[in-house]
Amino acid sequence: MNFGVVVFPGTWSDCDFHYVVGEVLHQQVRYVWHRDTELGEFDCLILPGGFSYGDYLRAGAVAGRSPVVEALPEFVARGGMVLGSCNGFQILCEAKLLPGALMRNECLQYRCQSTHLLVENAETPFTRAMRTGQVLKMPISHGEGKYYADQDTMRRLREKSQVVFRYCTEDGRVTREANPNGSMDNIAGIVNEEGTVLGMMPHPERAAESAMGGTDGVQIFHSLLGSLVEDGTFLKR
Amino acid sequence: MKARVLVRLKQSILDAQGASVKRALEGLGFPEVQDVRVGKVLDLELAGVSADQAGKRIEEMCGRLLANPVIEDFTVEVLG
Repeated sequence: MNFGVVVFPGTWSDCDFHYVVGEVLHQQVRYVWHRDTELGEFDCLILPGGFSYGDYLRAGAVAGRSPVVEALPEFVARGGMVLGSCNGFQILCEAKLLPGALMRNECLQYRCQSTHLLVENAETPFTRAMRTGQVLKMPISHGEGKYYADQDTMRRLREKSQVVFRYCTEDGRVTREANPNGSMDNIAGIVNEEGTVLGMMPHPERAAESAMGGTDGVQIFHSLLGSLVEDGTFLKR
Repeated sequence: MKARVLVRLKQSILDAQGASVKRALEGLGFPEVQDVRVGKVLDLELAGVSADQAGKRIEEMCGRLLANPVIEDFTVEVLG
């Protein structure tokens, strides 16, 4: 599978994603500069975490209008997959590729910690190797990760099973205490209606080898690899 | 030409920053403060447009970049 890791000025998780895809998963990977719009060679594009363009104005606001992001709708329409983590999730919401917005954490603190995630939907190309109800462990590292959407959007997200990950306790209970940032419904990650764009605040690339303290993040990539069928297209939802 | 854009969180949205500032003001001896909402001011300088055009152009800027319609409202003031 062919991955592109998008780099904006201020991105910081690009090297980690590049390492995990190339060295841990042995897949083809190269960096994609934020001005690049030629995306035809890729099966999956990754928008990593960081502080794109300094996150001035709002987190992900400027990156959400950058040339590479403006080329994403066409990339997705022709069957490409997009994974945005942390700042990447903020960018995908700012670009309206995903509904809702990510706001300042309710506690007003930057949160850098391990979290547990309940898999809500194991029928997307990003979660196919998991099972619904499974608990994953992945770190978060953000100051603006509180997911917000209006009531109509929240209802649609639930109806179409677009909520993929929710913050939970180690034993899988979705509680207020397990919610690190005040996200509505403890939302940690969502997909678009087609299931081809995933945005999540946690960092799968930081949970990819036992030396990192866990390998649950790799399951997202195993899911993607398992969803790619012989003709080069992906099994959808 | 100068213009001022005010970007604010929608009234329906909890403003955690504002709540924190309100608590701090209480602690400093200002118990009369009932609510604080934190917003942004953007002062723009424009050239080569009329006041009418400037207003329309800035509305477009707000729609495309300066405000996030999911969580924010904005007002535009063309100062001339």
